[in-house]
Amino acid sequence: MVDMTTLGDDAIAAKGWLKSHKYLILRRISQLGILALFLTGPWFGLWIVKGNLASSLTLDVLPLTDPYVLLQASLSGVVPETAAIIGVAIVLVFYFLVGGRVYCSWVCPVNMVTDLAAWLRRKLGIRSNSQFSRSTRYWMLALTLILPLLVTGGIIWELVNPVSMMFRGIVFGMGAAWVMVLGIFLFDLIVAKDGWCGHICPVGAFYNLVGSKSLLRVNALERQACNDCMECYVVCPEPQVIKPALKGEKQGATPVILSSDCTNCGRCIDICAKDVFSYGGRHAKKNDGLKREGEISQGAQA
Amino acid sequence: MSDSKDKNELNRRQFLGNMLKTACGVGLVGLGLGAYSKRASTMPANYIRPPGALPEEDFLGACIRCGLCVRDCPYDILFLGEVGDEVATGTPYFIARTGPCEMCEEIPCVVACPTNALDHDLKDIEESRMGLAVLIDQETCIAFHGLRCEVCFNVCPIRNRAITLDMQHNPRSGKHALFIPVVHSDACTGCGLCERACILEEAAIKVFPMHLAKGQLGSHYRLGWKEKEKAGEALVTPDTEHRYNLPDGVRYDLQGEGLIIDGEAEETPFSSNPLDTLNSGFMDK
Repeated sequence: MVDMTTLGDDAIAAKGWLKSHKYLILRRISQLGILALFLTGPWFGLWIVKGNLASSLTLDVLPLTDPYVLLQASLSGVVPETAAIIGVAIVLVFYFLVGGRVYCSWVCPVNMVTDLAAWLRRKLGIRSNSQFSRSTRYWMLALTLILPLLVTGGIIWELVNPVSMMFRGIVFGMGAAWVMVLGIFLFDLIVAKDGWCGHICPVGAFYNLVGSKSLLRVNALERQACNDCMECYVVCPEPQVIKPALKGEKQGATPVILSSDCTNCGRCIDICAKDVFSYGGRHAKKNDGLKREGEISQGAQA
Repeated sequence: MSDSKDKNELNRRQFLGNMLKTACGVGLVGLGLGAYSKRASTMPANYIRPPGALPEEDFLGACIRCGLCVRDCPYDILFLGEVGDEVATGTPYFIARTGPCEMCEEIPCVVACPTNALDHDLKDIEESRMGLAVLIDQETCIAFHGLRCEVCFNVCPIRNRAITLDMQHNPRSGKHALFIPVVHSDACTGCGLCERACILEEAAIKVFPMHLAKGQLGSHYRLGWKEKEKAGEALVTPDTEHRYNLPDGVRYDLQGEGLIIDGEAEETPFSSNPLDTLNSGFMDK
């Protein structure tokens, strides 16, 4: 059992606080930075990005459109404008390259809420966990795509989607959307570990599929160095993805985390005192020669 | 061997059971969402969609709630429905009384829409039908009291076509006119400038969504005079000249002031000069 009171201490001791929180900090900068780009307009009159995550226009030239929302609209019979189609194409290509669930861990504002809930769970030692399947999100995804076909007046998921609600709430006005956010927070805190993002959210499920063959992946190339501290499993929002890569050496499994459930958040990279994990390509292989050369040249510089 | 088979059996059973549970749960969520969507698709009568908005049901399927129309409105009249508002969450609307559509020629809100929820075929703002102005309260509209107001007529951007002034007799004073504003649905865009301008505490002229503002004639109705115009002749009974049962040499013509006896000068005890009548008494003395 991992001792929650000393969680992360080894990594801090080995790498320092900053390096053992590197990707966490970068993700918060990314999440808040994206919000800031949308907010400079309404707050200071400096228009960088207009709209919200559903569809936006950056500097009056770059259109970006959420493919999931547009798919729902299309299923209810909409023929989108060219700008929206271009916007969708750009978004799809981007997430195909970097991993679909990068949306979840680097963009989505709800991630900050659910991360907070997960952190509090660990701090307060809350162990309650209701058993429902991680595949629920795919059922939800199917549901949200079937509803526009069955019910007139279409994009029904967007009436309640907490992801778009929270982002739009911050940019345009919250109304009672904070109730939804609070609901998700409490659900994740008390009812189920990683309950929303890891089990239910159909937005994540959609991006999961988009990035199922993505090029950027986390790998455990240095898996021999693993000292079985188990801390990566504790901080990972989708811990089931780690084992095949980290412990699959005997079965000849690739050290690359191939499951598209992985959000590429990089918490495992941060928390590992032994630097087992790193970002790399989909087909990353351990190349001892190169690695050692790199270390030597780094050492020489130091 | 049989153990592992049992285990498989159990796993399969568990798997199917779990799947059924998940499917049922999600199905219930779906029912809830469907029911909620019905409730959420109602809208207060004073919430008006931006120009070019598709009919409400189609609009709710097409609008992706991005707010680009809100951002590109130069007059900042558009809002996105917030959670708890009585309008589908995240969809745009304006309230005419406080912020009517200023009818931009380039219609930037429509141009900004990425999904055609605001129809890009709308090129001329005067063709838009956001709603329809209705002079809903004749009891408070001061024009009906005989006062010269006409503010709604004067602010209307479709001048003298969407709102006209209909001069009527003022029965109270017996000698003045009433200048009654009349809205014409073939020209009114529903911009709401009249509603904002109405000088009353609560506007007597209001913009409503089209489905609330308009009646609809039964499809079986035929207006005789229009059908006649179309066909070039009456379709029911052929037109015959109306005849009055009058003696020879007498005819009836309303515009010619009634009964006319041909060939005879009018006999009257009065002189054609009114002064003669007035002075008649004095003359006799």
